[in-house]
Amino acid sequence: MSHLLQTTFVPATSPSLRRPLTRTTHYPTRALHIQSKIREIFMPALSSTMTEGKIVSWIKSEGEKLSKGDSVVVVESDKADMDVESFYDGYLAAIMVDEGLSAPVGAPIALLAESEEEIAAALAQISSSSSAAPAPDPAPAPATAPDSSTSNDGPGAITGVSSASVSENFSSRSSVANGAMGSSVHPASEGGKRVVASPYAKKLAKEFGLDLRGLVGSGPNGRVVAKDVEAAVAAAAAAKVSASGAALASEITKPSGGGTAVDLGSVVPFTTMQNAVSRNMVESLSVPTFRVGYTITTDALDALYKKIKSKGVTMTAMLAKATALALVKHPIVNSSCRDGKSFTHNSNINIAVAVAIDGGLITPVLQDADKIDIYSLSRKWKELVDKARAKQLQPHEYNTGTFTLSNLGMFGVDRFDAILPPGTGAIMAVGASQPTLVGTKDGRIGLKNQMQVNVTADHRVIYGADLAAFLQTLAKIIEDPKDLTL
Amino acid sequence: MQASISLSLSSSSPITRSDCTAVANAYLCTPRSLRFCGLRREVFESKSLNSFSVSTRLVSCPRDSSFKKVCAALQSNGTPSKGGFDYDLVIIGAGVGGHGAALHAVEKGLKTAILEGDVVGGTCVNRGCVPSKALLAASGRMRELQNEHHMKSFGLQVAAAGYDRQGVADHANNLASKIRSNLTSSMKALGVDILTGTGTILGPQKLKYGKGGSGDTVITAKDIIIATGSVPLVPKGIEVDGKSVITSDHALKLEFVPEWIAIVGSGYIGLEFSDVYTALGSEVTFIEALDQLMPGFDPEIGKLAQRVLINPRKIDYHTGVFASKITPAKDGKPVIIELIDAKTKEPKGTVEVDAALIATGRAPFTQGLGLENINVQTQRGFVPVDERMRVIDANGKLVPHLFCIGDANGKMMLAHAASAQGISVVEQVSGKDHVLNHLSIPAACFTHPEISMVGLTEPQAREKAEKEGFEVSITKTSFKANTKALAENEGEGLAKLIYRPDTGEILGVHIFGLHAADLIHEASNAIAMGTHIQDIKYAVHAHPTLSEVLDELFKSAKVKVNSSSPVVQPVAV
Repeated sequence: MSHLLQTTFVPATSPSLRRPLTRTTHYPTRALHIQSKIREIFMPALSSTMTEGKIVSWIKSEGEKLSKGDSVVVVESDKADMDVESFYDGYLAAIMVDEGLSAPVGAPIALLAESEEEIAAALAQISSSSSAAPAPDPAPAPATAPDSSTSNDGPGAITGVSSASVSENFSSRSSVANGAMGSSVHPASEGGKRVVASPYAKKLAKEFGLDLRGLVGSGPNGRVVAKDVEAAVAAAAAAKVSASGAALASEITKPSGGGTAVDLGSVVPFTTMQNAVSRNMVESLSVPTFRVGYTITTDALDALYKKIKSKGVTMTAMLAKATALALVKHPIVNSSCRDGKSFTHNSNINIAVAVAIDGGLITPVLQDADKIDIYSLSRKWKELVDKARAKQLQPHEYNTGTFTLSNLGMFGVDRFDAILPPGTGAIMAVGASQPTLVGTKDGRIGLKNQMQVNVTADHRVIYGADLAAFLQTLAKIIEDPKDLTL
Repeated sequence: MQASISLSLSSSSPITRSDCTAVANAYLCTPRSLRFCGLRREVFESKSLNSFSVSTRLVSCPRDSSFKKVCAALQSNGTPSKGGFDYDLVIIGAGVGGHGAALHAVEKGLKTAILEGDVVGGTCVNRGCVPSKALLAASGRMRELQNEHHMKSFGLQVAAAGYDRQGVADHANNLASKIRSNLTSSMKALGVDILTGTGTILGPQKLKYGKGGSGDTVITAKDIIIATGSVPLVPKGIEVDGKSVITSDHALKLEFVPEWIAIVGSGYIGLEFSDVYTALGSEVTFIEALDQLMPGFDPEIGKLAQRVLINPRKIDYHTGVFASKITPAKDGKPVIIELIDAKTKEPKGTVEVDAALIATGRAPFTQGLGLENINVQTQRGFVPVDERMRVIDANGKLVPHLFCIGDANGKMMLAHAASAQGISVVEQVSGKDHVLNHLSIPAACFTHPEISMVGLTEPQAREKAEKEGFEVSITKTSFKANTKALAENEGEGLAKLIYRPDTGEILGVHIFGLHAADLIHEASNAIAMGTHIQDIKYAVHAHPTLSEVLDELFKSAKVKVNSSSPVVQPVAV
């Protein structure tokens, strides 16, 4: 029987079932000698039939030290996933093919520098080879000169970009570290000497390149947990997207700022910040939100604004102040739900305001907006905006908001819908104030300036009646704004 | 099917049984809906008996088998043979090892008693493999339902999967009690005397049992098997309170699911619990004394397993460190674990977690056995035995009529190994020499996906090859190329064959992938039967099944000799 089956069955089996198998007993890693100090790591041939491989994951990250035999990257061939090991000691200077992308066998996928100083030279090599493609001999700076500044000068524009992004990274990291110094000691860390963070929090922090020392944990015993990291990443990357419309705003301002043109037809992977935005946006889906809209007449507010504009008062500060005053009467709208089980009643009323800055957006926070007078608040606002433009905001200046404002009125947007930033209870989308023909209660028709506001809130803690009452109070304050200047 | 039947015919089974033939036959003849395409009924019947008698014997884990109950009606737990003993065989310990030995002893016509000091079923059934499989089954489903991407790729939508901790815990508990009662009734049905109390050996062929003290009963037996098993090993400095610092015994009750749990030890037990806890929402920190996680696994399999089971999950780890001191949570303080370097003993900081699970291995449970009465010295608690499980005394001499099987001898701490050892011992005492090939005993770790192995790891094989001067070849197949695995959206996996290209001998097989624990037996049986690759590669596997992963594995091996099996008489279809 089996004999018979052998002769009739086996050859008839489709080739896909009888694929040849990988027979490699070790993983050939070819690291070609380009010049004395910087080596290229190539996509290895993991089987005889492999023509290209996909990078499953980089086990090492850029700048990390490698020892001979360390697994550097996981490559998926047509057969299996294989670890590719380094044949040399050195530093992983640059990753040329990102995770998830494919490269043909033999194509360089990363650069290995022998010493830390040569990482910059290796980066230069990438940019020069990509900017000057036909250059037959990509030898950057003389091999003997491990001087990063000379090699950086050579390749021109693209290096400039890469070094800029590096320094930007550093500045954002150092700002987090600065925040740590200012922040209070957290209890699980022996007076701040070490960080107590859960495994997943550490994993996320590594993924986003975030320094955990800057964080105050909200977990048991003050431990840093995943959601703390997520919140910090969102804030640090200036990516606490408050509204889909706000994201749009940044797009609009971009071309006018003479920014880089978008390559049509290309697929551009997210940057770390955009990843954070994406993650936050997806996370927001887990919050049961609802929306309540209200139309507010702004004639009185506009009149007041005209009057005190000369004293440096801005409309943003006025709206923030009005919102804060309304929140004083409706503290529930200033609360949030952090764990799905409890109310977090915030002790301060901190109004975060979404601001589009070049290449992203950030939410500077007006702390204690209910207590500070409108003039100080306006000055504070100006200072925060300047700092935000210079990327010098401290963490507590952008991640302590308890209620968010997003205003697209300046674009003529009359109404829009904001997405609730994770960790807060509500966000208000403010549209443009426009002359509107309205019927009044006494049966007449008049022209009034009106704006529409639309609040998105977490229904686990804030209910419809809460928002309705809050909006009614807000409308009263705005329609009779004498309290704003008190 | 046909292939396996003819194979079992050609290879003489090591154990033959005649008494159950009629039963097996009756069982097989019962009308079933199976249609073996082109298979002639009479061929099936006449050839199958041998193969079935083999399979009934080697199955080891607790199972309720309709065979045995029928067998019991045919035979009884006979009277003791000559010599004036109360029993032919007394087994101390009613775990899986003792149970396997008892059933086989009855089959061999021995008058058998089994001693149990706690509950029938031992570690495996009550505090080990069985309840942990229940937890893993529940948590595996939980993991799958939570994996939106995975569900989406099937076109399925699942909204807010959740679990009820008590319900999961009950499932584990119910399973354990069900298996326990199956085990008990299977022994009762066969007429095995189940004696309650702890056993102490008084001298050669003589022991007492009971609650201790004067009320104990003294019995004599021609042969005695020690099968007392093991308990969780708790290293020094670790305070187990059963609440925040626990062993597998407590963890299986699943009394709470901590937000963050440290697991000390990353072997089978630790790995399986990390699978359970992460699926139920915990974050896990492994503390491993060796430099690599998952020591004991083939390095390549370990690497892949780490990539799939550790890295993408909410798990971090400290390797090369000992937990020198663990203080349970109290007064609002978390569990505090002090770490020291495994080599230099220097402090390596502390870890504060909500709970700690001690999974550092198991220690033999051999105290109070009265081994001193027969001049036997345990080694780190283990009873020293030779390759036939005969106990060796302090002078290096064999103690007549005394055997030790299972975790208590430490040879291979697996339930099914204990059972196989027990059967081997019964074979010997009933007059047939038998040596168990431990390299043919498979092992499995029931993570998602599973890990399984039999025989040598690659480093072990290479070391042996160097010593004995033969060549070693390796071949691998991926689950990515398997239709069934892809249909299940579970293409992550690897099967690895370590073999001798000159003879076609299988040295080891390691599988990581969907249902790996079930797939390993084709390889372990081949090793046990001495089947070589050049023969087994012609066996046919149903398509599409996961078993084709092994089929491809065998077919991809490059063996320098040709098939040795004789041409089977052709069967017309």
